[in-house]
Amino acid sequence: MSERELTCIICPASCTLKVRTEPGGSLKVEGALCPRGVDYAKQEVTDPRRIVMSVVKVVGGDLPTVSVKTNKPVPKKCIQEVMKATASIELKAPVEIGQAVIKDICGADVVATRRVKKVNSI
Amino acid sequence: MLELNYDTVIIGAGPAGIAAAIKANELGLKAVLVENRDLLGGIPLQCVHPGFGLHYFKEDLTGTEFIYRFFDKMEKLGVEHLLKSHVHSIEPVAHNEKVVNVITPQGVMRLKTKTLIYTAGARERHVFEINIVGDRPAGIYTAGEAQTLMDIYGIIPGKEIVIIGSGDVGLIMARRFALEGAKVKAVIELMHYPGGLMRNIVQCLQDYDIPLYLGHVATKVVGKKRVEKVVVAKVDEKLKPIEGTELEIPCDTIVLAAGLVPNLDMLEKIGLVIDPYTRGPVVNEFLETNIPGVFVAGNALVINDLVDYVVEQGELAAEGARYFIENDGIPTTDWKPVIRGRNIRFIVPHYVSGKRDVILYARVRQPEKNVVVAIPEVGWKMKQFNVRPAEMIRVKLTKRLLERAASVEKISMEVIPGE
Repeated sequence: MSERELTCIICPASCTLKVRTEPGGSLKVEGALCPRGVDYAKQEVTDPRRIVMSVVKVVGGDLPTVSVKTNKPVPKKCIQEVMKATASIELKAPVEIGQAVIKDICGADVVATRRVKKVNSI
Repeated sequence: MLELNYDTVIIGAGPAGIAAAIKANELGLKAVLVENRDLLGGIPLQCVHPGFGLHYFKEDLTGTEFIYRFFDKMEKLGVEHLLKSHVHSIEPVAHNEKVVNVITPQGVMRLKTKTLIYTAGARERHVFEINIVGDRPAGIYTAGEAQTLMDIYGIIPGKEIVIIGSGDVGLIMARRFALEGAKVKAVIELMHYPGGLMRNIVQCLQDYDIPLYLGHVATKVVGKKRVEKVVVAKVDEKLKPIEGTELEIPCDTIVLAAGLVPNLDMLEKIGLVIDPYTRGPVVNEFLETNIPGVFVAGNALVINDLVDYVVEQGELAAEGARYFIENDGIPTTDWKPVIRGRNIRFIVPHYVSGKRDVILYARVRQPEKNVVVAIPEVGWKMKQFNVRPAEMIRVKLTKRLLERAASVEKISMEVIPGE
């Protein structure tokens, strides 16, 4: 039976959560002031996920990069895979906010979060 | 020389200025937004991480997504703006007339205006302000500089990083460096508690096994051409380095996240009164300063932790400008001072009339658990499990609530220990 201590990141109350695996295999969470903390703790110990953010190179635009993020949280162990993928591509302007720049990676799409307008090269 | 007339001139096109310009347009004021960079948006444009807009849009957006929503609105309304335009000086001509001298690519302009909304943000404290001795090699950046390089230009400033300061900017940059493959060797924090939000300690440091040195100070930079290492020491209760506790951390880059200071030089030249606790201006509930018709919003007013508050202040300043113009000045009233009570480091605005709703922004001096935040004069209180200097307290007091304080000469906020 394992026990883990977490700091809840859902709200500023920052509860200290204790998560324990019961003999039957179910998870018991102590220390949460609200049910969202319980959900967070269960997710965090079974399948921790994060939004990943980076920038991707753009050619021919008014900015040299476009910022991107995963459109949903991806498993923590996939973060490096997403980062490698974003580092290996190059886009052509224009890029629109919400445009998927990488599709279906670790169960999410990588989408643009900035607009890059096309500029005419001299 | 081109001379133009406006109801309001807004200086600085970050989120506060853009929000003020949009609101001013919606209120029917003739407004112009002046920006010295070649692009609009200010800092959110380089904030690629989520956590923006939870209050304002009820959505979790990146800084970039947040600010583009305002760009779209600006475009729709046709908000007038000047880019690459440097404000040379502000002349206070009369209570209802200021002249803003601007150097623009189209030539020098004199903008005659009834009101001024100043939203030039804050500057980052730099290496010469934080008592680090030693060499001055290449490889020392502020967090904002590092962020501009990485997240606008796609250039990583170094490979082995030490971050000085654990405010949210420092923590977020620690994660950005780690994500991009740099090794973040340490985050150094002078105080015995983190400067940033707890959620950022977890998501930005713990996720990437980045060590946080609380109660430590960087005392010396070592390096010939490029940073080679930084010397760090433990501090005592008076925050002085303890001899014999020094350790050396090899690195090629130092990133300073040592706090922000409101950027007000231009207004100080014309007699702005500064609150030593916020280092921003003393303002009334319209965010008007001691200089009539001059309003300040955003990080130039007070260092905020949420862009949502910055936008709210920008919009309020625009409403203040309209009220000023309608009444040829904010009408004289019995202003009640807002007083800092127990464990309150600062509170903004500094004066309220009690005649309209007001939003108060405050920070505590030190972290405390199980407390009640109270404004006794109006009988308002809020139980809090935790108060921390990193987390701004925002309280909206309605006109009705404020009427309870009609007979008293001040209102105050305090933090009192709970049961």
